[in-house]
Amino acid sequence: MKFIELIGRYIIRFTGELGNVLILLWYTVKQTLVPPYEIKSVLKQIIEIGIKSLPVVLITAVFTGMVMALQTYTGFKRFNAESMVGFAVALSITRELGPVLTGIIVAGRAGAAMAAELGTMRVTEQIDALETLATSPVKYLIVPRFIAGLAALPALAVVTDIVGIMGGYTVTVGFFGASSATYWKKTWDFIELEDIYFGLVKAGFFGACIALISCYKGFYSEGGAEGVGKATTGAVVISSMTILISDYFLSAWMFR
Amino acid sequence: MIKIVDLYKSFGQKYVLRGVNLNIERGESMVVIGGSGSGKSVLMKHIIGLVKPDRGNVMVDGRDISRIDEKGLYETRKKFGMLFQGAALFDSMKVWENVSFVLMRERKISSEEARKIAIQKLKMVGLDGVQDLMPSELSGGMKKRVGLARAIAHEPEILLYDEPTTGLDPIMADAINDLIIQMNKRLSVTSVTITHDMHSAYKIADRIAMLYSGKIIETGAPDEVKNTENPVVRQFITGSAVGPITGAPMLMQ
Repeated sequence: MKFIELIGRYIIRFTGELGNVLILLWYTVKQTLVPPYEIKSVLKQIIEIGIKSLPVVLITAVFTGMVMALQTYTGFKRFNAESMVGFAVALSITRELGPVLTGIIVAGRAGAAMAAELGTMRVTEQIDALETLATSPVKYLIVPRFIAGLAALPALAVVTDIVGIMGGYTVTVGFFGASSATYWKKTWDFIELEDIYFGLVKAGFFGACIALISCYKGFYSEGGAEGVGKATTGAVVISSMTILISDYFLSAWMFR
Repeated sequence: MIKIVDLYKSFGQKYVLRGVNLNIERGESMVVIGGSGSGKSVLMKHIIGLVKPDRGNVMVDGRDISRIDEKGLYETRKKFGMLFQGAALFDSMKVWENVSFVLMRERKISSEEARKIAIQKLKMVGLDGVQDLMPSELSGGMKKRVGLARAIAHEPEILLYDEPTTGLDPIMADAINDLIIQMNKRLSVTSVTITHDMHSAYKIADRIAMLYSGKIIETGAPDEVKNTENPVVRQFITGSAVGPITGAPMLMQ
């Protein structure tokens, strides 16, 4: 009985939190459309989320591409399909690894920072201070992060796609000595524009989720330093889980 | 100017306000006293519309701040300036950007002009040469002064002070008291202060109201409150550990 009670309690809590996040989403979208537009803040957040994540995203992308090539080459060799390595790497990176890995890196880096910053602002009454200065904290704090997340993630995913494929190329051609012309030909022959396009749409979705979840956790944090810590952990864990779970359903829907 | 009528608020099972009634006249300095956890901060948050009441009304200039739409709420809030207990300065901005925050957002003035106004407001609160510092570089007393400069920057009609002297040394606390008196006179504002510092209350109040058990149990001029017969108020203002608030038998055990 206790076990069922526990499950029930979790479901109620989850539903409640999901409802609150959706309310915040609705409020954020509404505030996004109303002037004044926080262009300066949006640019600042794009730098925080996008540009500053670039080094770690680049390193992850190049090594992922390399290891993908390494594994697929040795695997494909077993049935003489080495010529398809370029395509396999490109397909996995553009459809899956590009958006998902970028999303998880940004959730850990920028999502944690967002939750910690907003959480600290909440517990030190800076968010209340914004309200008393007749400024909507949702518009001032959450909208720029939401737009930046939505815009920066696809841009980062493009970088991941290019660098990942280059990493794959380096290993296949440079290390295994495969033909460069075949690598590119097979990649271009089989990869479709929608593989790249849907990957970028997924990245945008993940960016919006990270920003919204992290802002939500920070914005409603309570209980001093401990509360901010919990909000930050929660932001990273829930964002990462949301990326991985929604990725399956988005993929199932997009790549039918 | 501010009329609080039959205000009720609870958080879960905890009943914080249980029918608060209070009138604050235009131009007066009202000080609300009460123990820690008595609901003073919650009451103040109702006045500026940060918290919605379960029941009752908060009228500001005839408008019910607890029942208006968001646009109206933000319009009404422009009448207010609030000094927070921990100053609540935006720590990602320089001092002058904090002070001129509203001016730059609302009035669309240039940053050069905003900086000039900020320096002038900082001088009004007795600060000179700190405009380019970050809040983390300031002492507690300086932070409060910057917070006050920010609160008065848009020339509000009502100033709210949340425990203005808490956490300051006695000399700095008295300097803040003087500053509050000076601001209230110079800007002819209506002010509401919440505090448990009686020295501060006597000094800055035109009237004092005591919040206890979720209700206002006494209102009067500082002299009237000083000479009150109400045993609860007496215990609080004399700072005695024994009395009706704490319950004598419990403490004797």
